[in-house]
Amino acid sequence: MADNAKPISAGDFKPVTAGDRGNLDNEKISAPSLTFLQDSWRRLRKNKAAMICLVILIILFILAFGSSFFETHNPNATNPNLANLPPKIPGIDINGFNGTLDQSGTRINAYAQAHAGNAYYILGTDYLGRDLFSRILYGTRISLEIALIASFFDLAFGVVYGIVSGWMGGRVDTIMQRIIEIMLSIPNLVVMVLLILVLKPGMSAIIYSIAITSWINMARLVRAQTLELKNQEFILAARALGESSWKISFKHLLPNLSSVIIINLMFTIPTAIFFEAFLSYIGIGISAPQASLGTLINDGQKNFQFLPYQMWYPAIVLSVLMIAFNILGDGLRDSFDPKGRE
Amino acid sequence: MVKYLGKRIFYIILTLFIVSTITFFLMKFMPGTPLTNQAKLTPGQIHQIYKQYGLDKPVWQQYLVYLAGVVHGNFGISFQFSNQAVSYLIGSRIGPSLIIGGQGMILGVLVGLVLGSLGAVKANTWIDTTSTIVSILLVSIPSFVLAVLLQYYLGLKLKWFPIADWGGFMYTVLPTLALAASPLAETARFMRTEMVDVLSSDYIELAKAKGLGKVGIIYHHALRNSLIPIITIIGPLTVNIMTGSMVVENIFSVPGIGEQFVKSVLTNDYPTIMGLTIVYCAMLCVVLLITDILYGLIDPRIRLSGNSN
Repeated sequence: MADNAKPISAGDFKPVTAGDRGNLDNEKISAPSLTFLQDSWRRLRKNKAAMICLVILIILFILAFGSSFFETHNPNATNPNLANLPPKIPGIDINGFNGTLDQSGTRINAYAQAHAGNAYYILGTDYLGRDLFSRILYGTRISLEIALIASFFDLAFGVVYGIVSGWMGGRVDTIMQRIIEIMLSIPNLVVMVLLILVLKPGMSAIIYSIAITSWINMARLVRAQTLELKNQEFILAARALGESSWKISFKHLLPNLSSVIIINLMFTIPTAIFFEAFLSYIGIGISAPQASLGTLINDGQKNFQFLPYQMWYPAIVLSVLMIAFNILGDGLRDSFDPKGRE
Repeated sequence: MVKYLGKRIFYIILTLFIVSTITFFLMKFMPGTPLTNQAKLTPGQIHQIYKQYGLDKPVWQQYLVYLAGVVHGNFGISFQFSNQAVSYLIGSRIGPSLIIGGQGMILGVLVGLVLGSLGAVKANTWIDTTSTIVSILLVSIPSFVLAVLLQYYLGLKLKWFPIADWGGFMYTVLPTLALAASPLAETARFMRTEMVDVLSSDYIELAKAKGLGKVGIIYHHALRNSLIPIITIIGPLTVNIMTGSMVVENIFSVPGIGEQFVKSVLTNDYPTIMGLTIVYCAMLCVVLLITDILYGLIDPRIRLSGNSN
């Protein structure tokens, strides 16, 4: 075998040119370098359920906040002549959307009975003749506003409280933790109810009560994470270089806490939406004539046997909101913390 | 252990003291008095009623009287509800709440454990997907919607269970189902994550290598080790049950403390609200204490030192 080897001559060699070097370089990283957020976004995009929920939420946001520009009916305008009309969408002739009602076995045209003329209500009207569709949109807007406010307090109080408590340590930490422990041993709902009674029911009372109760979980998680980060080398290096505590917490702690913060934020939101609906449902939240998903469900529930659509639609919207936020939250947790699943 | 218990009980008492103080002063800041709308009363009568309720004394004396009462389990007299003593009102109503709450908790946690471990063992199959969907749905659909739907379909349409009222086991079924939803979903979600973690750990590999059967591994090694952290979510689950019971008891007209709380809130019955707030806190504190002790007993690695971390 060895005898058959081709003799090597000087002509078989040639100098490496700049063009060849690119192909030879095995060490080159071909994938674009991604930041933490880009990488998480890439993973999130692969999660179909979470992406669908994100789209649903964006649509709901646009519908709810845009509704004041295109709403055809005033959500608070009553019209007793047109009360309890079932849903009617012109051109669709399916029971449940054609304005007919089932009365003891026969379907009757409720719109003709009420002499409604050409008027139509996509999701029907309630017991005072208010348009259910615009009321649901209004209620959704309230829920989403509550969601935004709750996330603001979560960020403003919870994160700061957690960082301060974890960073300072010692006696400050002990006192701050005692306060949290006391808050934790009172059911949130009880705190909210007490506050709302003192402040008189309404949007501002709900906001204050959410402000006081919603940040506790965030503060605990952020503190635990801060305690872990505090002893790591990069923080030590920053301290050795003489950085101030402020700058360390903004430049070094916050970016490293971002996944904990975002994930927890996504679970604060459905809780806040639930509490608003709950308080309105039992009658101490958003007061009449304003609509909230909770009050709509409470109103609809009274007529559920005969006019089921009055409870179904607000209940569906509220459930979809909660489901979407929960699934998106799960998806975010998986994408920020890939070792959690798989 | 004794030192730890003493410390914890001291903190519970401190918490309850702070809570009763805060509720007392919140109620004092509340605008109006119980007699605001009673224009027909003469000043003499009003003075007499004030004296009867102890409202003629300065606030700090009222506070001391109130605190002394709370220590003896006396929360005053209800402004509404035929002048009954609040402690009697609560005492006679706490039974039904504990029954449906306890049943809901047990049912929810047990089914949740099964659902969650099935999801983990059969990860990424249709079983896993189903269990995830069920838990997402149950954690997202508000208890008051679920309760109304249960009442309508299982009670009114199918006539399987009585739609409301109280008296016997059959009456507890629907409220229990409605309350079980939230602990079920939370336990299932938590259990799945824990179990997936445990199943990928070294000692499971070892058990597999030893040639143990799949059932044996899951029952003896995986299940037992994933059960431990479940104890930590019992506290939050209790809060969910308390919150849920307020509407669920209302919807099914169960004569419990949740229904009473909502009624009192709607009628400004301050002494009852204050009493129930303290009772809720006390119950939650006891549950938290029990779960912490259980956690220490079951997992000897956790030492009950009294200070966190």
